[in-house]
Amino acid sequence: MYTVTKNIKIFSFTLMAIGFIGLFYGFYTAPHSIEESNAIVASYGDHGHSSDHGSDPDHQNNSNHKKETHSSSHDNSVDHKENSHEYEEHEVSHEEHVYHQLSNRPWSALYVAALFFFLISLGTLAFYAIQRASQAGWSPILFRVMEGITGYLLPGSIIVFVILVLCTMHLNHVFVWMDPEVVAHDKIIQAKSGYLNSKFFLGRAIFYILGWNLYRFFSRKLSLAQDKAKDISNHKKNFQLSAGFLAFFIVTESMMSWDWIMSVDPHWFSTLFGWYVFASMFVSGITTIALVTIYLKSKGYLEKVNNNHMHDLAKFMFGVSVFWAYLWFSQFMLIWYANIPEEVTYFVTRIEDYPVPFWGMLVTNLIFPFFVLMNSDYKRINWLIVMTGLVILFGHYLDFYNMIMPATVGDQWYIGIPEIGGIMFFAGLFIYIVFSTISKVSLEPSGDPLFKESEKFVY
Amino acid sequence: MADKILHAVYDDDDKLLDAVKQIKAANYEIEEVYTPFPVHGLDKAMGLKETRLAITAFIYGCIGFCFAIWMMNHIMILDWPQNIGGKPSFSFIENMPSFVPIMFELTVFFSAHLMVITFYLRSKLWPFKEAENPIPETTDDKFLIVVEFNGDEKDLKKLVQQTDVMDIKVHINKKSNHE
Repeated sequence: MYTVTKNIKIFSFTLMAIGFIGLFYGFYTAPHSIEESNAIVASYGDHGHSSDHGSDPDHQNNSNHKKETHSSSHDNSVDHKENSHEYEEHEVSHEEHVYHQLSNRPWSALYVAALFFFLISLGTLAFYAIQRASQAGWSPILFRVMEGITGYLLPGSIIVFVILVLCTMHLNHVFVWMDPEVVAHDKIIQAKSGYLNSKFFLGRAIFYILGWNLYRFFSRKLSLAQDKAKDISNHKKNFQLSAGFLAFFIVTESMMSWDWIMSVDPHWFSTLFGWYVFASMFVSGITTIALVTIYLKSKGYLEKVNNNHMHDLAKFMFGVSVFWAYLWFSQFMLIWYANIPEEVTYFVTRIEDYPVPFWGMLVTNLIFPFFVLMNSDYKRINWLIVMTGLVILFGHYLDFYNMIMPATVGDQWYIGIPEIGGIMFFAGLFIYIVFSTISKVSLEPSGDPLFKESEKFVY
Repeated sequence: MADKILHAVYDDDDKLLDAVKQIKAANYEIEEVYTPFPVHGLDKAMGLKETRLAITAFIYGCIGFCFAIWMMNHIMILDWPQNIGGKPSFSFIENMPSFVPIMFELTVFFSAHLMVITFYLRSKLWPFKEAENPIPETTDDKFLIVVEFNGDEKDLKKLVQQTDVMDIKVHINKKSNHE
């Protein structure tokens, strides 16, 4: 039995407190009117990007395109008046646009961090279900760690859901399609409004969250019951449940990624987006399993976990990092090659306004783990796994940052107090909930029929 | 050179692995093990030196990567530039994303093929080479341990019989007779 140490409690609560202050500061300093927003922009001095701004009367936040792409968004907007009017209108709408972006920033910082830590937990749940459904022999020794990490699923999903509800209440402009004003002037969103409307959106969110949490609840229950059982009926039920969950998950995960992430750019679409988001959450989840395992081992728990198990986790970290890069590149190259204006704006915005996080995440998510974890022996060295794991987690935060921010805050981005505050707050909450879930039961799933195999596992 | 050879035949890879460990533990020298498929952990149980094939794989991959860059630059940029999809081929770096699949494939191609060739050379295998398997069943479903030893065979036979063995045979080492 593991007990949550005082240090963990102090650490996680400190993170939460500092993070909360950071988030609060973010909301407090965000502009509450266009005048305040103008004052903030003026205080930056001469802003390089502002001249590119706001030729979109319809508040499509992806307005920082190249010239070629403007023509397409002009075609989409209905309310084009004569040229003389247009110029005046643009001036006003530009200021309003920047105001919306600045007021979106604390919301986006909150949303990205909440989503990221929730998806770590969801990725771990998927990994856990795969181990169950495939009857893997090496991993049962780590089941309690995985179940501990998925303990964050319920609180995490509630937080994300509350944020989504607040978005539909028009407290922010993170999802532009929720604004009836925007939809009224936008033919493309109008055509999608059968799917993209607040009620259906929230209904779908409830459906996904309920399904995932029900699986987590029953699988955990069966897993604990198996420890005391004399036959393996619980194990078999868990196997069936996990296989069913995986079928449910891959559909709902994909739809979740369209709803919660891709719809911040309501004009843009990518058919492999669900897979891409899945790869990102999957590698983050596996990395977190490795980090928590190494931490518990360093405290003298999980004495039966050895280098062989770490080697397998590190192989997954390496493999899924490459898989992530494969999907990232598949998405990038097809859009870059076809060069269709309404698709390519997505990458034009990111390359022009977000060069450092956009290219930087390739280094942290592919190149670094690729070279460090390539050597077989290095996959058995704990400090190398920890170091690579932290880089991978940071890189995948950047990945989600790159998915959300360009659409919501545009070129007004910065990784400052609200963003770091968001990470700290949710990291603290995550650590506290994960370790208190782990401390609830024995760390050894001793009744699992594959436990012996896992214990004897040699790579 | 040892003057006698013991052949021990097994019908299961787990039994083989246990036997190899026991024979090694009794300080006998295992000359060779013949198996119909690669047995996981056998190299460690036999105490073989770690293979350097993995390092050659990396080097060959790098060669393939560089070759792909040179080849695509030569074909698409220098020799015959074309305008494909509104992307004129005047600069390697601007057209690089469309070359990535080729770089990837040639990295894998070079790594895999050169590694196989290296393996053949290193293992002294070539086409029409006569098989060295002492018993042909090792290409089907049997596992064979070859132990070379000097002097009395009683102790070794007793040791091997304790393992889950199918068949034991002792031969005179012909090679050592010539020397």
